[in-house]
Amino acid sequence: MTAISRANPRSSRRGHFFKRAIGFISVRNIILAAALAFFTFFTLFPVSWMVLTSFRSDQAIDTDPFAIRLEDLSLDQYARLFTDPYFPFPKWMLNSLIVSAASSAIAILVGGIAAYSLGRLRYKGGAVIGLAIFSTYLLPPVLLFIPLRVLAARLGLPSNSVWTLTLTYLTFLVPFISWTLSSYFRGVPIELVEAARIDGASRLRAMVVIDMPLVLPGAISMFFFAFTLSWGEYMYALTFMSQKMAYTVPLGMVNEAHVGDLYFWGKLMAGAVLGSVPVVIIYSFIMDYYLAGMTAGAVKG
Amino acid sequence: MSAGQEAPGARQPSVWHRFKRWRSRCLENEVLLGYLLLAPTVLVVLGLIGYPFLTSIFYSFTNKSVGQDAFIFSRDPTVLTTYIETDEDGNEIGRYTVEEEDKNLFNFVGFDNYIALINERIYRKAFVNTFNFTVTAVIAKILLGLGMALTLNEVRRFRRVFRATFMLPWVMPTSLSVLGWLWMFDPQFSVVTHLLRLLGLHSWDVSIPWKADPQLAMASVQVVNIWRGTPFFGMMILASLMTVPTELYEAATVDGAGWLQRFWYVTMPFILPVLFAALLFSFVRTMGDFQIVWILTNGGPFDSTQLIATRAYQVAIQGAKETGLGSAVAVSLFPFVLPIMVLYLRYLRREE
Repeated sequence: MTAISRANPRSSRRGHFFKRAIGFISVRNIILAAALAFFTFFTLFPVSWMVLTSFRSDQAIDTDPFAIRLEDLSLDQYARLFTDPYFPFPKWMLNSLIVSAASSAIAILVGGIAAYSLGRLRYKGGAVIGLAIFSTYLLPPVLLFIPLRVLAARLGLPSNSVWTLTLTYLTFLVPFISWTLSSYFRGVPIELVEAARIDGASRLRAMVVIDMPLVLPGAISMFFFAFTLSWGEYMYALTFMSQKMAYTVPLGMVNEAHVGDLYFWGKLMAGAVLGSVPVVIIYSFIMDYYLAGMTAGAVKG
Repeated sequence: MSAGQEAPGARQPSVWHRFKRWRSRCLENEVLLGYLLLAPTVLVVLGLIGYPFLTSIFYSFTNKSVGQDAFIFSRDPTVLTTYIETDEDGNEIGRYTVEEEDKNLFNFVGFDNYIALINERIYRKAFVNTFNFTVTAVIAKILLGLGMALTLNEVRRFRRVFRATFMLPWVMPTSLSVLGWLWMFDPQFSVVTHLLRLLGLHSWDVSIPWKADPQLAMASVQVVNIWRGTPFFGMMILASLMTVPTELYEAATVDGAGWLQRFWYVTMPFILPVLFAALLFSFVRTMGDFQIVWILTNGGPFDSTQLIATRAYQVAIQGAKETGLGSAVAVSLFPFVLPIMVLYLRYLRREE
């Protein structure tokens, strides 16, 4: 650079600003900026359009959904979600909450102790059983919803019950959680546990004092991850819930926010946004664990 | 050993002590404890996944529909029922036996369901669509995901912010974000059409029938699937990109490698295993996809977006509620899922 500026004394005098600007505008940075812009638009545009529509009145949407004026924006669509007796959105939220919390809690409990067994204890066949359990996580729910419905009927489980639905959610939560948590238990240094055992701690004590506290953050995050998985589940809910008051949020929004071909877009978008809020809040708190849950299996935790 | 046989003078162990001794024996025996703790999960897996899955295969060889609970092997569904005729006082005045069909019975039909499916136009369509949908969407997701990962890997400032944003399509409950896409593909007020018009790529006089045109409908559901699945590939590949040592790039540059060569010879070997795993995982998931198509197009128009999953639901839960035929539709996916599962598990074992 110095060689060039010596050759062109004029540019060297003005040079500082241009040099920096030209240094920034490289081919690499232009491509990078374009790629960032593209992916930001690609991922964010549908979400923004949903949010924007949810803040507008039916009248404004019906006349021209693209003419957005600031004075049009209101929270009316959200208010309507909570006041319409024929559209029991709060009840759906409650159903979703119960199903998601219950299935995640049971799955953490059941899968958690299995994870301890798979991750901490050494016995014959453990690795194979662990893999076999995980393999069922890969089975698409399409292969299970028909026989699960028959099974529920044969066992006399109540239809339209959140507890029946909770049971079906265990099919995708338990294999997943026992797999991810077992890698967390494997991450606890065995030396810590052995040191405690040598000092006279029973296995139960070592479990409670050493393993549990170290795995707890991961377990709590996996609980919330499982919660988000159950919250958005659609197929089993569709199969098992047929009464309006028994719907979960996704089911209710899909089934009830239209009359035939006439969709109430404002209300629909408000419900979809509000239904996504719990998930996005959880996600913002446990982003790194979320990533771990998302990539679980392929990238070893 | 019963209490009476113990030496005189020895203190009787209390129930609590016996429980503690039993407990410590369980806890110290690694094998026993291991299996004991696995038991609930194994129970869930066998009871809620294994058993239903096997019954589904079984149903696919029967003519069961909802409400029929008793299985008989015979193809003859008739039963002999004897009616006893009585007079007003309850005295028997005659009895006769008739052959009638028992509505509660279902029976073995061999491969009839599968043969019926092969001959069914809608199923054949669903089958072809499922593979078209899966292959196209997975390839697009790999390419876009690779682009997303390489972009994020180059970002120095605000990388976490961009990463959080890019993950959003995957994080949002799919059934709810698909409602957003339903609105975006509205026949009258499609914002996608509007954007194309603003860019001068489409006339203002004609609307685009996103969901009404068979080919566009398939493209639409694929776009939604790609939109949702790209972050998964992006994050998987990004995680492996961050493990590539920078010295390798420097060494390659010193050796005179261009960016394409650096990507091909340095980056690719590092991300290939993860790419492979993500590919398998996404393949299984995309093949079994249900909700995007169900909410967006319901399999239409003219079954142009019908998938095996949506067809299975239609046959088994809606309409005539034919559990047997519906199971056959669903189970027909399994031969394609199985090899991918095996490959994936072999990959995981090798990783260990």
